[in-house]
Amino acid sequence: MDFLHHTLDNGLELVAEVNPQAYSASYAFFVRTGSRDETAEISGVSHFLEHMVFKGTPRRSAEAVNRQLDEISAGSNAFTSEEQTVYYATVLPEDQGKIVALLSDMMRPALRQEDFDTEKQVILEEIAKYDDQPPYGAHDKCMTAHFGQHPLGRIVLGTQRSVGNLSREQMLRYFQSRYSPRNIVLAGAGNIDFPRLIDQAAEHCGSWQSFDAPRPLSRAAWHRGFTVLEKPLATQEYVVQIANAPAAADDDRYAARVLATILGDDKGSRFFWELIDTGLAEHASIGTNEFQGSGIYMTYLACTPDETAANLQRMADIVQDAEANGVTQEELDQAKNKICAQIVLSAERPANRLFSVGNGWVQRRQYKTVREAVEAYRALTLADLRAVLQKYPLSGCTTVAIGPLQELAEPH
Amino acid sequence: MTQKIHTQVLNNGLVLLAEEMDWLESAAFALLVPAGAALEAASQAGLGHLTCEMVERGAGERDSRQIITDLENLGADTSSTCSNTHTSFGGAMPAESLEAVLSIYADVVQRPHLPEDQLEDARLGCLQDVRALEDDLSQKLLLELRQRFYADPHGRSALGTVESLTALTHRDVQRFFQTVYQPRGAIISVAGKIDWPRVRQLVEKLLGNWQPTTPEVTRELPPPRGYRHLLVDSSQTHIGLGYEGLPYADQDYFQLRGAVGVLADGMSSRLFTEVREKRGLAYTVFAMCHSLKDRGGVFAYAGTTAERAQETLDVLSAELRKLPQGITAEELGRLKGKIKRSLILQQESSPSRAGSIAFDWYFLGRVRPMAELSKIIDELTVESINDWLKKHPPGEFTVVTLGREPLIMPV
Repeated sequence: MDFLHHTLDNGLELVAEVNPQAYSASYAFFVRTGSRDETAEISGVSHFLEHMVFKGTPRRSAEAVNRQLDEISAGSNAFTSEEQTVYYATVLPEDQGKIVALLSDMMRPALRQEDFDTEKQVILEEIAKYDDQPPYGAHDKCMTAHFGQHPLGRIVLGTQRSVGNLSREQMLRYFQSRYSPRNIVLAGAGNIDFPRLIDQAAEHCGSWQSFDAPRPLSRAAWHRGFTVLEKPLATQEYVVQIANAPAAADDDRYAARVLATILGDDKGSRFFWELIDTGLAEHASIGTNEFQGSGIYMTYLACTPDETAANLQRMADIVQDAEANGVTQEELDQAKNKICAQIVLSAERPANRLFSVGNGWVQRRQYKTVREAVEAYRALTLADLRAVLQKYPLSGCTTVAIGPLQELAEPH
Repeated sequence: MTQKIHTQVLNNGLVLLAEEMDWLESAAFALLVPAGAALEAASQAGLGHLTCEMVERGAGERDSRQIITDLENLGADTSSTCSNTHTSFGGAMPAESLEAVLSIYADVVQRPHLPEDQLEDARLGCLQDVRALEDDLSQKLLLELRQRFYADPHGRSALGTVESLTALTHRDVQRFFQTVYQPRGAIISVAGKIDWPRVRQLVEKLLGNWQPTTPEVTRELPPPRGYRHLLVDSSQTHIGLGYEGLPYADQDYFQLRGAVGVLADGMSSRLFTEVREKRGLAYTVFAMCHSLKDRGGVFAYAGTTAERAQETLDVLSAELRKLPQGITAEELGRLKGKIKRSLILQQESSPSRAGSIAFDWYFLGRVRPMAELSKIIDELTVESINDWLKKHPPGEFTVVTLGREPLIMPV
């Protein structure tokens, strides 16, 4: 497997992990833009724009885009996060030319008024859908509570109000300030013809005008808080907690992920044995999420309202015990075995590798082979985990609870 | 697409299936035990679910904790679930772990401890799942649709209810395990980087002495069908619609599958275009073929805000009724390409092949090679599908809606 890199004259970067044995090839445009690049006024525009990218270009109607994706791809989609908007597709290797031409054209959308008005309804339906669905926006609300006015506190979907008020002109201005080739990476994984990819990208993307698309990386000021929001529709209580964790470029992120696995993985973790195996909760887990300049641990609890306060106390006790006494070598070994096997298994599909390769480049300008990723975990020691817990304690967190409860006791 | 597929039926009735995929580093397995919710007594809804929770709480020489610790150290990512027809275990792992993982699951299905002191924990876990369903409105709707369409026992949800789960005893779990966890009707499939002679020997050794039983067949009730509204004060109204389909083994199954594919597969499909792209009525809209062994259904879904729910239902049912006017060559061409690409991509995934060959055996009594499936897809024509649709137009819809207001059924 080879890693290849190329930069076009206008600054568009191409990166690919090439495996000539693969049955498929996956491609994606990673645009370095997301909710943290928005203002309150245009909250939700990155995600809305992601939808509009599928609504046609000066050369293609919306129907033509959908039809052609269906004609060549074995799966295509897009997503928007705090920091990225990603458009991806998996195809058979012989269709590289077609998919690169199509995705490239899509990246210069027409943004027609009529399509904008119809698609706004779809976005409002999407917001309504999440409003009905656990955890009822608790993740977003907790991010906002934790990051406050910092751009990482903005909600990816936006609100009924911000999206409802958004104009096509505002979206166009946003597009013109963010979708610079210098701010985009074309990533690939699998059976890719890289020399031809360079030619194809040059042909279809070479004329894109380059400009600066800076992202202020101001330091986040964190706010601890404990918020309880009543949602009469809900049966279960849902709680999200956020604590600071290593950022995207911080090598401590490996230790933080292993720690999250030991304490809060879906299965086999301390949370699992205390809360899930016993039937005290429907869900109790810890995950990590890394951004530029900041990272978070996100803890998630779903359980009956009656048990919520006691469960939060149990989780706080588990975390405090780990902070005071560390974890055991057996736990560390088991977590490493689990994580490393998952990395190797998921790497069998180019569609999965695509995100590791693209994300690594966008976040860190760094490529790691599967073996290097595995070695980074294998090398961790108990001392590394202790150090990361001291630097990023899980106990100092922001909490948002949503569900039938009107009030909830804070754990001590 | 030449495949190396192996089949072995053990003396006790257990079917062993294997597919060699030498280019992978992983192996995967699926173990389908014929212990589904359809075999529960009507008053014991959720017993399969509870038993599935109990069998992994210690088996053979391992206690509950040792099972999970060993699986994780082996790098095995496994799961278990109880459906209407089966209790299934399965997962993927580095190929060298396969033998050790299979021996753990051989204990789970034959020698579980079913510890009485953990019954309450397992029951609470099941009750959590029941309560979670109350908050998962689209899933709740689809389960209700299935229940009204197929009725008892095939339409049953495997989750059970708060009342039924609360009444179950340790004795019930033991009895259910003894009568329905058995090799006759069970399937074990493996796929990936495997050594077939070794796998066959191992499975013979591990599961060859598993004793068959003869469970009672549950009596079937006539399905209620028609229309039902579930009153919930939600932002969205959820719409589910079902009509008569075909079982997977039917010779015309792919005529129906082709028609439903034109309706719902991909972003250029009719439902996506008419409901979402042109009218912006819904974020999620889909339709799918569902199959039981001897019958099938087509189920469609859309989630939309209350004010636009009636229009959404009208558009959805109009698109279904329009199908017999015919599909086009372009639509079928796109669908064929999509299905064939997904077959090629299955070769990148040992769990999807392990699942596919087990699925084939359950419905067809054999593994259908991918080349044969590919030929069936090639042979579908606009004429064959349109002829079939003319003779079998979608109609007599079973409808369930969930939201603030009931809707008016389109005529």
